[in-house]
Amino acid sequence: MAEQALRSLSQFLPETSLVITFCAAILIGIIFRKRPQIVPVISLLGIALALWFAVRQMGVSQSVFSGMIVVDPFAVFFKVVVGSSAIFILLFSLYSSEVQSTIKRLVEYSSLLVAMTLGMFLMSGAANLLMMVLSVELTSLSSYILAGYTKEAPDSSEASLKYIIYGALSTGLMLYGISIIYGLTGGATDFFGINKALAAGSVSPVALLVASLLIIAGLGFKISAVPFHFWTPDVYEGAPITITAFLSVASKAAGFAMLIRFFKVSFIDSSVIGLPTGFWASLQDFEWNKIVAILSVLTMTLGNLVAVWQNNLKRLLAYSSIAHAGYMLMGVVVLSDKGLAAVMIYFVVYLFMNLGAFYVVMLIESKIGSEDIDSYKGFGYRSPFISVAMVIFFISLAGIPPTAGFIGKLFLFAALLDAKWIWLAVVGALNSVISLYYYVRVIRNMFLRDPEGSPAPVVFSIPQLSILVILLIPTLVFGLYYSPIVELANASLAMFGLP
Amino acid sequence: MEFLGFGILTWITFVPIAGMIAVLVIPKESQNAMKWSAAVATFVQVVLAVIIYFNFNRGLAGINTEQGMQFVEKATWIDIKSVPWFGRIHVEYFLGADGLSTPMVLLTALISFLAVFASWKIDKALKGYMAMLLLLDTGMMGVFVALDFFLFYVFWELMLLPMYFLIGIWGGPRREYAAIKFFLFTLLGSVLILLAMIALYFSVTVPDGATGERIYTFNMLAMMDPANFQAGSLLAGLGTYWRHLAYIALFIGFAIKVPIFPFHTWLPDAHVEAPTAISVILAGILLKMGTYGLLRISYPMFPELANYYAWPLALVALINIVYGALCAMAQQDFKKLIAYSSISHMGIVLLGMSAMNTQGMIGAVFQMFNHGTITAMLFLIVGVIYDRAHTRDLDAFGGLAITMPKYTAVMSVAFFAALGLPGLSGFISEAFSFLGAFQTFRVITILSTLGIVLTAGYMLWTLQRVFLGQPNEKWASLPDINGRELFTLVPLAVIVLALGIYPSLMLDLMTSSINHLVDFVKQGGSAMALTP
Repeated sequence: MAEQALRSLSQFLPETSLVITFCAAILIGIIFRKRPQIVPVISLLGIALALWFAVRQMGVSQSVFSGMIVVDPFAVFFKVVVGSSAIFILLFSLYSSEVQSTIKRLVEYSSLLVAMTLGMFLMSGAANLLMMVLSVELTSLSSYILAGYTKEAPDSSEASLKYIIYGALSTGLMLYGISIIYGLTGGATDFFGINKALAAGSVSPVALLVASLLIIAGLGFKISAVPFHFWTPDVYEGAPITITAFLSVASKAAGFAMLIRFFKVSFIDSSVIGLPTGFWASLQDFEWNKIVAILSVLTMTLGNLVAVWQNNLKRLLAYSSIAHAGYMLMGVVVLSDKGLAAVMIYFVVYLFMNLGAFYVVMLIESKIGSEDIDSYKGFGYRSPFISVAMVIFFISLAGIPPTAGFIGKLFLFAALLDAKWIWLAVVGALNSVISLYYYVRVIRNMFLRDPEGSPAPVVFSIPQLSILVILLIPTLVFGLYYSPIVELANASLAMFGLP
Repeated sequence: MEFLGFGILTWITFVPIAGMIAVLVIPKESQNAMKWSAAVATFVQVVLAVIIYFNFNRGLAGINTEQGMQFVEKATWIDIKSVPWFGRIHVEYFLGADGLSTPMVLLTALISFLAVFASWKIDKALKGYMAMLLLLDTGMMGVFVALDFFLFYVFWELMLLPMYFLIGIWGGPRREYAAIKFFLFTLLGSVLILLAMIALYFSVTVPDGATGERIYTFNMLAMMDPANFQAGSLLAGLGTYWRHLAYIALFIGFAIKVPIFPFHTWLPDAHVEAPTAISVILAGILLKMGTYGLLRISYPMFPELANYYAWPLALVALINIVYGALCAMAQQDFKKLIAYSSISHMGIVLLGMSAMNTQGMIGAVFQMFNHGTITAMLFLIVGVIYDRAHTRDLDAFGGLAITMPKYTAVMSVAFFAALGLPGLSGFISEAFSFLGAFQTFRVITILSTLGIVLTAGYMLWTLQRVFLGQPNEKWASLPDINGRELFTLVPLAVIVLALGIYPSLMLDLMTSSINHLVDFVKQGGSAMALTP
């Protein structure tokens, strides 16, 4: 037993280093009370270390801690996405006026960010219902606090409160679903056990449907799928923008990792053979993917339609990120490796373009003090470089070549058409046309409208711009040369315990 | 043909990008340097186009064979071997020209070059303007030379953003509305093309040269061979439900660009608001991309459906011709009149295409070229008068022939060419189109000729209102056309005259390709009928 735990520990290095970083951040914060600025640096190093350990796990496929968590390429991929976005967020924080103006609380901020990252790492690998709930809770609790981080601002507190209430409700629903599954399967909590019990048959389909719906509700909350999205716009608007950006990328990635693993591992029917390469069947003809298809259509359509009416950039990006969750859900619908790989490719691309868009909004906010779309009028003439960068990020989000966003959409649509989900592909394609409208509204204000009065040019520092360039280069390069991300997705498809 | 290791088509496509980089590095103050670097870049393009014209082997057909393509460049762009769930992903940088694309390449080079000079007076954010214009140029040229569908699509979409900015920043009073309308309409078409492209990708496989394994491909020529469609794939077979769906998706995508009624509403707005040079490019080149796409992609890849949908196409052609002409007749705004006349004239291209015979198809492609030159002239002419009078109201003028004699001379060439006067290029292509179409669709063709009468009506009426009659006192002091403006108009007028008298200069380029295309589309459908 002890030996097994030790062996497990050696595959638990990324999480371990995050735990140590978390403790170290708090301790150092207490010791060097006068200089809280060093805590983010410690956190940054800790997360980088965790990321390095995670990358070293590439290719490993085993279950640790008695099947609570698995380490496999699929989990590693999402850990890398989460870890990289955490690093970007900490870099953003250096220039965030919201974070820097409350420098005394930098210790809480950084350590909670590390805790949240830890929760998401665990979510990526969770292979047991209990682990699922625990890791979701760890992530959520840290994010509730961080959403209300600027407690001087009333909307930040409101965001935090809303987040807690919705979060508690959805966790409750998910727990209820889990308890039904527990009963149905005769006491199985790990995904493989559930799969075995379901494969043995004689499970009431109605109960299974109810349980799955409840679990989808819980996970749908994490990835802000409609109709579990109500918290998203308010939280995204109220939270500090760095946290908003983090939630929109990392939290979604972890949620998707968990959703895909739970459904694929629990419901895969390994007795069905003869499907084309990369396709799999669902047990007992339980078509959970149809539920996901409906969610996907609702999510992207509502996200896009509501975004059209937004005048606050943060809120606009919040709805846009809801729409993007809808696009990515399309990849889950098809029950094929093509679909999963498309989701992964989309996440890599989304990481850069969405963080990039949030970063530009943050930089502009730090100079002109507003996230309102009207205050962007003529900004293209006041600060051409970052405005052009914004155009590229937005064009990429709309999925227009030659940017990386197009590649993400291309692979999603390819997966759908290959599985003959034509109507869903058409809905997705039409949605990207709608999305263009609101992205272009911002571009219009930046370039087509003249600035009011004659405001001075806005200048940004070299380090600020270099972070921007780091995000900009992949957004452009992956649009023209996408082999690396496809190879990465290809290498990350394998899940532990599945052929 | 290579220069410095790159083929001539790569050069002609990417020279504007080099010009764009030059424009971007030139400091803001030296406006002339920016203008001249744009002019030099596009002039190099014209020189390359002339080289292509003289080195083009008129005997080779092209269309569906790589051997028949000229100036071919083929390189592996993306090759991902180890993806079992997707198949090997193989995208090529594949350029080539044949009798269908070469006239468009020549047109693009010429119009882009003239557009730079038509933009000489732009002073607002000149750097951005020239950069966007050159980027647009690369996108347009790329569309006409790409033979890999993925590459084609990237170029196709590359144009959207520059066009949006060019209309939206440098346009007229309602520019924002016109620009976003253009953007949304075209993107809607593009996503439909994208879906059809992916469906084609998953249906077509070719054997890999080295290993012989069958791999999916974006190669357009491979997509034209029915034997490459894998049994059981989405678009395999003939006239299936999915093939109809894919054909219609492609058709709508291209129809928005042409534009075909009822997808045309973006065009008058975009034309009226765009600055002169951009109107010239829109009408001269962008509209051709729609019909080019139909001929390059829809026709040879779905031959049986091209035949099946020939008469609906003839019908929309009729609507385009007559409806466009009637709308043009009702316009007060000079530019809007030309915009609607474009819709009418593009209808003639569609009518020629629907004929499915050599005369009609040659007429159609020749009309694409001629409409490019003639409409470019018309828009330049409107630009000249608008620069001076700052109005485009047709009734506000009168007797301009007296004050601006040189201008009137150039103008009459364009007007008469547009209404199809024998001896000018427009006549030949219209005659061919109608001749071809008459053999296939008698009634529709007879009704379409109504469009010619209407065109003559509104063109002559415009000429009368603006140039003849009592001179309006208000415009008595308008200066006549200047050297720079003449420089943009005269080359086009010469081409219009030359091709009207000796059309073989251009027809020779396209004859063998178009003959081959017609045979291929006709037989392609029936050959596939034999092999289910």
